[in-house]
Amino acid sequence: MIDRLYAYFDSPRRQTILLIAIVVLMALAPLVMGRYMTTIMTNALLYVVLALGLNVVVGYAGLLDLGYAAFFAVGAYSIGILTVQFDWNFWLAIPPALVAACIAGVIIGGPTLRLRSDYLAIVTLGFGEIVRFGARNLEITGRATGLSNIPEPNFFGYVISSYVDFYYIFLLLAIVAVIASHRLYHSRLGRAWLYVRHDEDAAEAMGINRVRVKLAAYVTGSVFGAFGGIFFAANLGAISPESFSFEQSVLVLMAVILGGMGKIPGVILGAFIIILGPELLRNLGELRLLLFAVVMLLIMLLRPSGIWPERRH
Amino acid sequence: MLLDLEQVTLRFAGNTVLDKVDFGVEAGSLASLIGPNGAGKTSLFNSITGFYRPQEGRIEFNGERILRRKPHKVTQFGIARTFQNVRLFREMSVMENVMAGMHCRTRAGAFGAVFRTPGQRAEEQYIAEVAHDCMKFVGVDEYADRLATNLAYGYQRLVEIARALATQPQLILLDEPAAGLNGTEKAALVELIRRIRDERNVAVLLIEHDMGLVMQVSEHIHVLDYGRIIAKGTAEQVKNDPKVIEAYLGQEDEEMAL
Repeated sequence: MIDRLYAYFDSPRRQTILLIAIVVLMALAPLVMGRYMTTIMTNALLYVVLALGLNVVVGYAGLLDLGYAAFFAVGAYSIGILTVQFDWNFWLAIPPALVAACIAGVIIGGPTLRLRSDYLAIVTLGFGEIVRFGARNLEITGRATGLSNIPEPNFFGYVISSYVDFYYIFLLLAIVAVIASHRLYHSRLGRAWLYVRHDEDAAEAMGINRVRVKLAAYVTGSVFGAFGGIFFAANLGAISPESFSFEQSVLVLMAVILGGMGKIPGVILGAFIIILGPELLRNLGELRLLLFAVVMLLIMLLRPSGIWPERRH
Repeated sequence: MLLDLEQVTLRFAGNTVLDKVDFGVEAGSLASLIGPNGAGKTSLFNSITGFYRPQEGRIEFNGERILRRKPHKVTQFGIARTFQNVRLFREMSVMENVMAGMHCRTRAGAFGAVFRTPGQRAEEQYIAEVAHDCMKFVGVDEYADRLATNLAYGYQRLVEIARALATQPQLILLDEPAAGLNGTEKAALVELIRRIRDERNVAVLLIEHDMGLVMQVSEHIHVLDYGRIIAKGTAEQVKNDPKVIEAYLGQEDEEMAL
């Protein structure tokens, strides 16, 4: 039954219509949602951006990454440091933050690409922790207390400050992330990721530099993560090392795997489930996380390749 | 010589797989490499294409040293290959498979893809055109949108050749392209190999066990046995060479049908 529903939405035209309908609904939603719900939805949209970024690494290129929060942290801290410690303008601080994320992508990607997936998982996990510990111990990142009073972005005289403003910012980011993901997937680089994932030797025989292609996946993923981090920092106005824990990396990875690796609608769905799931179960109190875990186990048992997996005819 | 090997020696854990191999392929020629099972034919292919790294010797292609270069570099220099066991990207369409060959002739990256720059769009169109052309050339264009894995085996082999042609090579290495094909398909393959050379001016080097096909199609034949080149020449010369007959002696299968 559910597969027939997906098959119906497999046509690109219907998918576009569905997406536009969702965007319109999302754009109108703050009119009826309260502050609490809007804030949660903002968080879900942040996770859409992060999950789509990690999807490039995990879903497209087939590389495991357990330290994705590190890229998110690099984006957030770059903005925090430049605006708080050096009094930079928020918008001017974005390019250096993206450059920092790219460098982080190369640093994690470069030495790890020779590793097989299980070792890769351990190294990326370590990298995530190194970034967090670095942030906790460095003067410039404000040690364990982190950075606060990150200024609110001023957009041609309009100060982006309310929770509704940030809801729309993240909605915009998520839309851009979806379009970017889609375009990457249907490009020379996107195909190269799939070739390398499917058969590295055959890909190399076709003249594809596998190291470079994988590196490009890490760097692209890190740029998505950094965008999430940049506006996350602006939204909260304060960041601390604990915002970028291992748990964050796992949650984003769960969104990707749960929804269906490699498939954009699946990943979006996964991100919403990861964030909204525990909220919907909130009145169950202590039991909610347990119940959520059980539901996720069931999903993985019943639909091992995700709720809305990549399916090729 | 387009491809020139000199004294190439490859050892695996003390075993000499290729022993001072001298070997060459002329531009625009049809050549074959034959020999009993385990003679080192595929190892020689892998050494040329950078998958194996011979310890000694020299390999030149168009005057460029390619020994111990990475496979993707070798492909960029203009050598394409197919695999003994068809290695298509099974879960991708025929079109996407053939497009893979164009990767090394194009350059758009993440930026171009995300912003759909004019250069990137023109390049995508170019990739599609070349892919269509190559699919048409081998005769699989009507299956462009099918998943590679859903194609009959004979067609999968053709897709692999189309993919290799899409890298725009000067030399194409075919590793047992006739294996698993029926008589009609083999006849079509002979035709295709000739067209690759005649219409595209691409040199072909073939590993093949079907002697009928080898004799029919090759201008030069090299015989490899125990990692050594034991004979080379035209079909007629090789057929009557006592060393070749000896190498195949005792092999009571169809390979004897020289």
